[in-house]
Amino acid sequence: MTSVFEQLEPLLFSVEKPARYVGGELGSQEPEHGPGIVSWLLAYPDTYEIGLPNQGLQILYEILNERSDAAAERTYAPWHDLEKLMRDEGIPLFSVESHKPAHEFHVIAFNLSAELTYTNLLNMVDLAGIAVRTEDRGPNDAVIIAGGHCTYNPEPLGDFLDAAVLGDGEEVVSEINEAVAAWLALEEPQRSRRALHRLLSDVEGVYVPSLYQPVYEGPIQIGLERVADWVPDRIEKRSVMDLGEWPYPKQQLVPLIEVVHDRLNVEVFRGCTRGCRFCQAGMITRPVRERPAEQVIEMVQRGIERTGYDEVALTSLSTADFSGIESVVAAVVDNECNAGRVSVSLPSLRVDAFTVGTAAKIQQVKRTGLTFAPEGGTWRMRRVINKLITDDDLYAAVDAAFSQGWRRVKLYFLIGLPSERDEDVLGIAELGRRCVEIGRKYHQTVTVTASVGGFVPKPQTPFQWHAQDSGEELQRKISMLRAKAHETRGLTIRWHEPRASVAEALMSRGDRRMGAVIEDVWRQGGIFQEWGEFFDLGRFEAAMDRAGLKVEDVTTRQRSVDEVLPWDHLSAGLHKDFLVAEYQDALGELGVEDCRWTPCYDCGACTSLGLEHHVASTVPPAGGSQGTGQGIDLSVPVSVGAKPN
Amino acid sequence: MDRVPERLRIRYTKRGRIRYTSQRDMARIIERGLRRSRLPIAQSQGFSPRPLLAFSLALPTGCESLAEYIDLRFAEGGGAGFAAIADPEAGSDGAAYVARALQSTMPEGIEVVSAGVLTGAEGSLQEQVTSCDWVLEVIGMGADQLSERVGTLLEHDQVLVERVRKGRKAEDNLRPSIVTLFHRGSGSTPGTQRIEAVLSTKPRGVRPVELLEGIDPSLRLVRGTRTGQYETVDGERYEPLSPLGLVRAPAVAVGAQGR
Repeated sequence: MTSVFEQLEPLLFSVEKPARYVGGELGSQEPEHGPGIVSWLLAYPDTYEIGLPNQGLQILYEILNERSDAAAERTYAPWHDLEKLMRDEGIPLFSVESHKPAHEFHVIAFNLSAELTYTNLLNMVDLAGIAVRTEDRGPNDAVIIAGGHCTYNPEPLGDFLDAAVLGDGEEVVSEINEAVAAWLALEEPQRSRRALHRLLSDVEGVYVPSLYQPVYEGPIQIGLERVADWVPDRIEKRSVMDLGEWPYPKQQLVPLIEVVHDRLNVEVFRGCTRGCRFCQAGMITRPVRERPAEQVIEMVQRGIERTGYDEVALTSLSTADFSGIESVVAAVVDNECNAGRVSVSLPSLRVDAFTVGTAAKIQQVKRTGLTFAPEGGTWRMRRVINKLITDDDLYAAVDAAFSQGWRRVKLYFLIGLPSERDEDVLGIAELGRRCVEIGRKYHQTVTVTASVGGFVPKPQTPFQWHAQDSGEELQRKISMLRAKAHETRGLTIRWHEPRASVAEALMSRGDRRMGAVIEDVWRQGGIFQEWGEFFDLGRFEAAMDRAGLKVEDVTTRQRSVDEVLPWDHLSAGLHKDFLVAEYQDALGELGVEDCRWTPCYDCGACTSLGLEHHVASTVPPAGGSQGTGQGIDLSVPVSVGAKPN
Repeated sequence: MDRVPERLRIRYTKRGRIRYTSQRDMARIIERGLRRSRLPIAQSQGFSPRPLLAFSLALPTGCESLAEYIDLRFAEGGGAGFAAIADPEAGSDGAAYVARALQSTMPEGIEVVSAGVLTGAEGSLQEQVTSCDWVLEVIGMGADQLSERVGTLLEHDQVLVERVRKGRKAEDNLRPSIVTLFHRGSGSTPGTQRIEAVLSTKPRGVRPVELLEGIDPSLRLVRGTRTGQYETVDGERYEPLSPLGLVRAPAVAVGAQGR
């Protein structure tokens, strides 16, 4: 087996953060490669610090390495400085464990969590010395696949991926391993790319773009043709129903250098049925599947002892909704072994006073800042997006936070939401002003930060047809909001670059023709587009131009609900009827409750898995189910309830 | 088992891939290691308590070391913590026990070499250490030319390098901090030349790359190893921690060991 380490070593003195490239993490494995073993390179298309903590890749890393017929290593996007040196010296992309060249692996599997990393994926494949376009790859080239939330519309990467995987990876990764092993066992000329694609397409949840040919009419995709009869016409996502069977990662990687989310992470549940209509994660990961509380406690305790971390995050899309939250928090906080030094963080706080009480219980020491996500500036707006938090819920939560010692509160909002009016945007400043006022009751100086992101209507959500605000319109709203917020001392507005929201929309909502655009942007040097200092919308606009496409056709064009969508053949389990009905209810300002504690409204997620209504826990979460529409006085001008469908 | 000492000094090496971590990274690695070891380290007071650790002079990222030091302070009544985890068979003293416990949590490349009890009269490592020994393997210049450049440098009483301090360019004279400097032929890494130097930490510490810049800007560091750190007492150099504890012993010349 070859290693590029000797070539790499002399370069490491001249690059930033050289430890990014040397592996050596606690939990790192150096599996044996050899005949009969499929070797995987698990890749994250951004820097080591962003990619290493990715839990999805860490789970697959362990599952693959537990198999006797698989071996997995990891790689990340080398930073500009090292990339230049690697290209100068002819060093290919390599794994951080054994520093084996990427092209010696059988499979390179990317996690796609953010659309603006797409150009990095191309750059990494190219740096590996492998053709970026699937059609140019031969029988001895690595299989390039991807998973993660972005693959619910993989069409923009359709020219580059041998396959995209939908849904949970725990089970499907082994099936893919077997398919690739079967392909590798073929002799040439049988071992063709087409043979690979056929084997992969037989695996449930695996989509092979090259087996489908989109049909266009002007800016619109009007159909999708399969290249043969055996090609499946619809791909259903994969779901792991019992998280308790998958207590991974068992050996979370502990890096030598500081990374994002640098703490022990334990996933307490997967999925969310709160039904926020803007939220792609909540739509595509249904139904809710909880990890047994005892298992969570064990994973936390073992993890702390093994890693030496003094912080554990209980991760999920809304951790306060975990039915075992109180027992888990009590078990961790009260455990004598932790000597009162282990802090628990809830990355997604629910907006209510009870949750703040829980946060107070577990953050005895550091009370720096608390974050809430009301998302919409007015109650009307929040009904549209089905984030059913009243102003009073928010004020009670903020009051609880300030009264219990916190001095900084951060609020997350979206702008550019469907049916948004200027008063909804200005409502953000009003909420902020009231929060500062509440804080002043308890402290002389308080900081309230409203963080504003431009809404990107995402595939597989009720808003998938909706026209996005243009970059200029988003900018106008931000300026208006800033001017208003300026009147309140202690209120700060932060905002996401509107131009980045435009590029995100191109990458997430586009069809396969975006491939030429991604390749063009990459060839013009547009990598690390998630990084503000390197992002340049101009490159995307110029590339769209050169490809004969219009930005507006993908972003600000309203799509009709009977239009073919580039991702129509890919299913997160949701009925199209459900998404249409949700879209119409949104525009009618009608909320819908969380189906965990109310009757099923048949979104399709459970039935497509062959289940009746799947309820993770019939127990409403501790402290009630605020924000889900329960207990809201129906005399307010909104009707909330389970829809008859 | 002996009573747990209140303060200990540990010497460790940092070699191999782990050398690419920064001093801050090392502090975090050791903090996590100490938590895993469950050694009862004293914590600072205040809103975010930190373990009470003190490091010696920062080792530049990318350089190896045969002699890094760290001072640990144990919690009062820490003995109970030890008793719960001690191995009664071991029968060794507290310092050795701590060294073993810490070693078991360290990543590859960190080797705990020795540990000694501090009396409290030593002062901090930062104050105590006055000079460091370095072995540098460099490229960019032939043997003859390098010997000549080293000779020239030693003849001068000013060696100026430019450095940016608070956004302003300033010139620093390194010469007072260069105690000895030798060119020792070729290095163990093919194609390199070996330089050995004793660099004083006063009036200010000189980093190896600064020294090379002072010798000749065309030199590039391929491998740098700190081989020793010393205090000076009555003109003699001593290791701040000998293998036998804090008994003072004359410094021995430690060569760079091949890996």
